[in-house]
Amino acid sequence: MHWRPSATPVVLKERAALLNRIRRFFADKDVMEVNTPVLMPAGATDPSIINITAVSPRAENSHWYLHTSPELPMKRLLAAGSGPIYQVCPVFRGSDLGRYHRPEFSLLEWYRPDYGYHQLMDEVECLLIAVMPSEYTSTKAERVSYRDIFLRVLEIDPFQVSVAECRECCDRFALSVPDNMGVERDIWLDLLMSMLIAPKLPQDRFTFIYDYPASQAALAKTRDENGRDIAERFELYWGELELANGFQELTDPDEQLQRFEAENRHRLDRKLPTIAIDYKFIECLRDGMPESSGVALGLDRLLMVLTGARHINEVVTFTDEI
Amino acid sequence: MASYSTNEFKSGLKIMIDADPYTIVENEFVQPGKGQAFNRVRVRNLKTGRVIEKTYKSGESVEAADVVDIEMQYLYSDGEFWHFMHPDTFEQMGADAQVVGDAKLWLKEQDICQVVLWNDSPISVTPPNFVALKIVETDPGLRGNTAQGGTKPARLETDAVVNVPLFIDQGEVIKVDTRTGEYVSRVKD
Repeated sequence: MHWRPSATPVVLKERAALLNRIRRFFADKDVMEVNTPVLMPAGATDPSIINITAVSPRAENSHWYLHTSPELPMKRLLAAGSGPIYQVCPVFRGSDLGRYHRPEFSLLEWYRPDYGYHQLMDEVECLLIAVMPSEYTSTKAERVSYRDIFLRVLEIDPFQVSVAECRECCDRFALSVPDNMGVERDIWLDLLMSMLIAPKLPQDRFTFIYDYPASQAALAKTRDENGRDIAERFELYWGELELANGFQELTDPDEQLQRFEAENRHRLDRKLPTIAIDYKFIECLRDGMPESSGVALGLDRLLMVLTGARHINEVVTFTDEI
Repeated sequence: MASYSTNEFKSGLKIMIDADPYTIVENEFVQPGKGQAFNRVRVRNLKTGRVIEKTYKSGESVEAADVVDIEMQYLYSDGEFWHFMHPDTFEQMGADAQVVGDAKLWLKEQDICQVVLWNDSPISVTPPNFVALKIVETDPGLRGNTAQGGTKPARLETDAVVNVPLFIDQGEVIKVDTRTGEYVSRVKD
């Protein structure tokens, strides 16, 4: 029986060294390391995330959620006055397996009270400079808005484009259009982003994409800019590989609760299970969470970039039939 | 109707696309950031051999193609159909010229071939990698010229034409690589 690790000893050493550099980076900046529970009574309502549950031994027909990100309890720590915090932890999402996807993976997540999201992008870049070999950061990271990257690569405005125009755009770039795409514009924008834009991002530097349509806000604050509803959210890419997602954190409890409820309604429309909402998190927003920015970075993927691994299985210890 | 969810996609899986059977050559799961995930797949049409790219929304189901690969023995051709027999059940099946395609140049009676069946009908035939075939027509052999390079065309019993070394004679049996259509060696009895 094949019992040996899927990562080589060299990669395991790289992993340990990377973690050391990350911890040193945050220690130097007085950002406190925390650990929040992996098992939670509430999960992620985002319909694009598949929650993995564990059967509770306490009561029949009840289950707990393995966290898909430590976001909500970390924000409860912020509201409790923790100051800047970071966490390195395994998280669980039941997506398909792939070169860049496993149902269990490692996140580095951190929160900065009083930082704006552009300031946090600066800090993400500082972290990359501190923890990655210099050849990855010798060219300054590119920063481009979601709207500008669509205009540049596809010559369409994602805030204005219709579903019919998205389909035309696929035809123009000879992209096979999936069946059952429906009329939800965000799904079309996701298709264009994944299939046509991401593959054309620079290969020799990190790229930040920021200011997403408000309909893709997730847990980010939104604002109006010249009539466009913008989510103050950013993503970090290396080539076409998405590495991190950051927000100017939404602090309005009512809007946050409405978004969770809307996501659960969305789940019902798509015949997906609804997810228990974390009302303690809503309550902490009511009591007041400091204005903050936060970001979650996929550590396995960053290690893939660093080691040149072709598959995520090459950078984790064991992949036993999962 | 059997179907597969995109999370079962892997190379070799047989699926239906636009009423044709395809095999998945490569599957990539793509989800940059939050939002809808997709599967980008390269698929080969099992009837034509053409490879195309398709995109699926992750979580969708795709109809399975009832396709099996089996070994069958080639029996004979009646000019319209090439007849094969299942070595265990002795069941016989005919494949037309379109299905047999270029394989007909290498089909020798009694040889075991790979036959792809879709809904129990043959859709493609692959001959053995190496076949032994007799030369029915070629220029006379040049004696003593076994070391020199240089080739000449030779017509085989199946009507295939291959280039053979100058020293090979009509009536000889040669081994041919069916994947490249190239002469490999003489076959000595």
